[in-house]
Amino acid sequence: MNSVETKDVHLYYGDFHALKGITMAMRKNQVTAFIGPSGCGKSTYLRCFNRMNDLIDGVRIEGEILIDGVDIYKSSIQVDDLRKHVGMVFQKPNPFPKSIFENVAYGLRVNGTKDRQFIEERVERSLKQAALWDEVKDKLKKSAFELSGGQQQRLCIARALAIEPSVLLMDEPTSALDPLSTAKTEELIHELKENYTIVIVTHNMQQAGRVSDYTAFFYLGELVEYAKTKTLFTNPKDQRTQNYITGRFG
Amino acid sequence: MKRYFNNFGERVIEGIITLSGTVTSITVLLIVFFLFKEGLGVFSQTPVAEGSVIAVNKQNPVKELTAHQVKEIWDQNITNWKQLGGQDAPIKLFEVDDITDYYTDEQIGAEFEYLPQRLSELVAKEPHILAFFPDEYLPKEFAGRQIKLDNVSPGSFLGGREWYPTIQPAVQLGVLPLILGTLWVSLGAILIALPLGLATSIYLAEIANPKVRNFLKPVIELLAGIPSVVYGFFGLVVVVPLIQDVFGLPVGETALAGSIILGIMALPTIISVSEDAMRTTPRAMKEASLALGANKWQTIYRVIIPYSISGISTAAILGIGRAIGETMAVLMVTGNASVIPHTFLEPVRTIPATIAAELGEAPQGGIHFQALFALGCILFLMTLAINMTVDLVSAKKKANRS
Repeated sequence: MNSVETKDVHLYYGDFHALKGITMAMRKNQVTAFIGPSGCGKSTYLRCFNRMNDLIDGVRIEGEILIDGVDIYKSSIQVDDLRKHVGMVFQKPNPFPKSIFENVAYGLRVNGTKDRQFIEERVERSLKQAALWDEVKDKLKKSAFELSGGQQQRLCIARALAIEPSVLLMDEPTSALDPLSTAKTEELIHELKENYTIVIVTHNMQQAGRVSDYTAFFYLGELVEYAKTKTLFTNPKDQRTQNYITGRFG
Repeated sequence: MKRYFNNFGERVIEGIITLSGTVTSITVLLIVFFLFKEGLGVFSQTPVAEGSVIAVNKQNPVKELTAHQVKEIWDQNITNWKQLGGQDAPIKLFEVDDITDYYTDEQIGAEFEYLPQRLSELVAKEPHILAFFPDEYLPKEFAGRQIKLDNVSPGSFLGGREWYPTIQPAVQLGVLPLILGTLWVSLGAILIALPLGLATSIYLAEIANPKVRNFLKPVIELLAGIPSVVYGFFGLVVVVPLIQDVFGLPVGETALAGSIILGIMALPTIISVSEDAMRTTPRAMKEASLALGANKWQTIYRVIIPYSISGISTAAILGIGRAIGETMAVLMVTGNASVIPHTFLEPVRTIPATIAAELGEAPQGGIHFQALFALGCILFLMTLAINMTVDLVSAKKKANRS
């Protein structure tokens, strides 16, 4: 079953043609990794799924993007509702200047949830899902900035999980983390796919190999190859994919 | 040789820089020293009007009076010596002009040459007299007793409710109305400027499209460059009549007029500083909020404002600082009545306006002159406190960021 589906998506930054007709589908409860050299459009493509590109002036998008069968660029779509449905974790940990608890509760609060008990339960559950609960349960009132970089990133994941999205977008979530935190985050991604469809952008091919079920290789705004991760890494069909994964460019 | 010259040049430049730094610091310290020296001088003066004598009969048990009591006597609010701890007898007020009621012109003398003697006689003769006359007529052997007023005390200076620095026979130096007037006008200014300034800076930082912003920001900053007398003129011509009409007041020169003008004057600072603070909110922080389904307003008040709160408070404090120290515009529109204000629709007098209006008429070294310097000290301490708060807040901001 497909969770995210795109049909002939073109994206322009002003005159620059950044995405050139991308058609692909991401399966439910699977991890899909986007790899490719810098500037290939993989992050841009990812940010189409929660309409984060709307924030940038001069961006124009053509084609169709369906999430759980709904065209998200349809005029009747409320962007905030879409973003509650499609969570996102960013490249650098970006907690709010608030307490650990309030960071996780943020999504619920802006959603209008007032029930304290519900919020407390949800915060606890999200922190447990993000494998952070044991480390922070005694200091929920402390500032999120007191956590280490890796903890902050897991906090950001917990924050995204708290509003129970169906799709979780991760834009190079471990690029600012040390190897140990990276390993923890990857482990977490493994566990999360049971409940979420995960799309992850990564620069690190080993990571794509470790965490993903499917991998898509992007190059110069095109989707070059998209296959099961094992297949793509062991038996790439396209020469460019072959060159990239063997480290000949990138 | 060349190397020697280079070295020499460096030394000279270093010397000049050190010297100018030292000179500037010393100048600043000297100004502060001068201010406090003159200002504190007021506490070693008696509040009797310059060159005057207050005297009573030798038998009168009342030995001391306060400046306030003297004024109450002259205002006829105190009419009996009993109220001052003396005998039960009405106070007989005497000023030098009243001498003709007691003596003929011959007895006084054509050139007032016998006046000192007559004054002495009169005070000795009248047991319940309270006489006030210029000290040039004080006879060498005076049969009465001069009343020395207590020195101006810091308590009566700061807590006194009456500011009549030139009144006869005893000046009233109570600065409470002036301090309250200053705070009142500044408070009003900040109540007007903060919401407006905050709204404008949110608009500029988050809502306005870049073209509008690039036009508006310099225009707003231009407001800061308009001389305050022009603001005062604007206030006098536009704001004062408007307030008079809207509230149906006898005069429009009120604290409210001052607050409005000061509020407008504080706006550029507040807008500029808080807008800069808001724009330092990292993009990642905004994106994180939006990605969680928050809309623009939720992002502004839940993330951007909390993130830039120290910058916003700095802006507010700087705005207050500007309002407290402002002189000309306030002088022109507030009506300058030195009474403790109860509403915004009453005239008030601020410290800077008092100094500006009165210093020119106060004789140098006199009690009025020194009282104005003491007011200057109070203003200095107020703005110093504000600046220190700014430093504290921005130091906290730096600590938060790192």
